[in-house]
This record gives sequence, structure tokens and C-alpha cells, in this order.
Amino acid sequence: MRDNVLVSTDWVSRHLNDANVRIAEVDVDTAAYEQGHVPGAVGWNWTTQLCDTVVRDVIPKKKLEELLGASGISNDTMVVLYGDNNNWFAAWAFWQLKVYGHKDVRIMDGGRKKWLAEGRELSAQAPQHAQATYQAKDQDDSLRAYLPEVMEAVKQKSASLVDVRSPAEFTGEILAPPGLPETCQRGGHIPGAKSMPWAKLANDDGTFKSDVEIKALYDGVGVTGDKPIIAYCRIGERSSHSWFALKYLLGYNNVKNYDGSWTEWGNLVRAPVEKP
Amino acid sequence: MRAEEYAERKETLDTWPIHIVTYRIGDKYYCTIDNVDPGARFARAEGPTREEVERVALEKAQRYLRQTRRFPTAT
Repeated sequence: MRDNVLVSTDWVSRHLNDANVRIAEVDVDTAAYEQGHVPGAVGWNWTTQLCDTVVRDVIPKKKLEELLGASGISNDTMVVLYGDNNNWFAAWAFWQLKVYGHKDVRIMDGGRKKWLAEGRELSAQAPQHAQATYQAKDQDDSLRAYLPEVMEAVKQKSASLVDVRSPAEFTGEILAPPGLPETCQRGGHIPGAKSMPWAKLANDDGTFKSDVEIKALYDGVGVTGDKPIIAYCRIGERSSHSWFALKYLLGYNNVKNYDGSWTEWGNLVRAPVEKP
Repeated sequence: MRAEEYAERKETLDTWPIHIVTYRIGDKYYCTIDNVDPGARFARAEGPTREEVERVALEKAQRYLRQTRRFPTAT
């Protein structure tokens, strides 16, 4: 299953000039692309290009069509995503492309970190790809959880909620990852959520652990895919990484990313919060 | 071009575990600092020498980490 969604750095290096493959870098650190990137890769800025810049929402359909078209991506192009921080925002982009129904999207296992550490070729020049025509599908809400559904799931205990933030965020000891601005009023987690920090799914080189190892981690906290799964973090990007692993590596059918995440729940008046 | 002199290490800064990555591309050095848990980059610097970029990135990291509050976890 992972062969359909993950490619290695070696594979990418052999497909740099493949006309059917388009590589895109999406970093947390939006300046990283400018340092040097995989030759031929386009750079997408998650803060301006992969979201609605007015309303808090995923990228609007028309804007996505424009972005992909300008990147030389048509509906039949294989899109290979990679980025820093073990592919956090590459996974975020993957999730959005799947929300809009793109058929063939893959992640370069290990991301930018592995490419750099291996001393592979870099380019400082943004590529010029011929404009393509892209037609996105309507949003697939089976991949996305919204607040009312999460509230109902808490009440009915109808889904496995997975909190993928760090243990200190889960317990409410800190309100945001150390060194980053606090973006919520309360700490803790959604009642009933299981803690499975996203980082446990990754090896030191940024690649995903094996399917067997990942399954054992989730089994250990009782997340087995026997009921719907909703993953969340702070703003939805770390949970995209876990969503990817649950849905595409373990093959669990009903997995949603709650991108409202803790910045939504932890700011709601009278929302129930569990601590620690 | 390619990343050269790539090195990473873990340290503790003001009780917080951090992950420091430094490398050179061309004639410029880059240093990024992640919080180990969750692994988010929150300080970076670029400059002419390894020592300089690590010093600047560590100063930034310390400044940001000192703004991180810890709360009691008991309800």
C-alpha cells in the first residue's frame, strides 16, 4: 500500500525530468525553498497559497485549480510532495489535494531533511513549467471533520479521537509547541482523545516507520480502525501527517482530519476539556 | 549545488530539548533549531560561518523559549 503513496529520495532523483511527475516543496519555514530545492520542484507557500486567506479554510477550489495549473499540473500528473519537519506541510498539501480528488499524489519519504542530509543536488532557480489546465473535484468531506461532527463524536463516543500533539500539549502543560506563539485560551485535550504524538510515527531520518511499527503504536492506544477515526493537532498540519499514516499506510477506511484542531476547540467558550 | 557539512545534534536550552541542524549551501551556512517535541522549526539563521549562524539561531531560540509558559496540569 505504501508504494502507492510514498516515494524514496532515490526514486525522485531518477524522475527529476519525468514529464508525468511534478515535484512540489511545501515547508513550515517558507524561506527554506529559496535556499535550494529539488531541481525542477515548485515551491508552495502554505500561509498564502494553500489556504483561504480571508476565511479560515482550506484553499478554495478555484485557487487550487489556478495553483496547480500554474505549476504545470494537470489531472493526470503524478504530484510528489516533500517538505521540512518530516513532511508536516507536505502532508497538509497531500490532504488538501485528496480533499479535491487528485488521483495520484505521493510524498517523498524523509522529505527535505533526508534530501539535504544525503547531499543530493539542489537548485536555487524556480522552474518555469508550461501552464496546464486543472479541474478539481468538489471537496470530499469524508476526509475532513468539522466542529459539530467532533462534538457529536465526543458525546456519542462514536469515533476514535487521536490527539497527535506532544504529551505536554495534550496534558495542557503548554499551550503551543515550545518557542511558538500561544494560539489558544485553554490547554488540555478533547475529552476521550487518545494521545499518539505524530513524531512517534517517524524515524530519525524523517521517513515513516514501518507499517507494522505504526500499527503497533496505534493498537497500543486502542485505535484499531474498528470505528471512525478523527485526528487533530493544533492547526491541522501535524494531524495531516498522522491522517496520512492511518489512511494510506495502515489502510483504515474512515479517517478524517479535524483541521480546526486545538486552535478551534481550545478557544471555544464552554467546550469540554479534559486534563491531563 | 548541494548541502554540505550537514550536521545535527540535540541539546537542552533552558530545560527545553532542542534539535540543531547546520549545513552549508554554496558559500552560505544555515542553522535551524527545532523544538524536539513536537519537532517544529522555530529559530533559524544564515551567514558566512557555522559558528556565527549557530550563535544567532541559539540566541533567537532562547528568546522564544523564554516566552513559553508552563501551566499546572491538575484540574
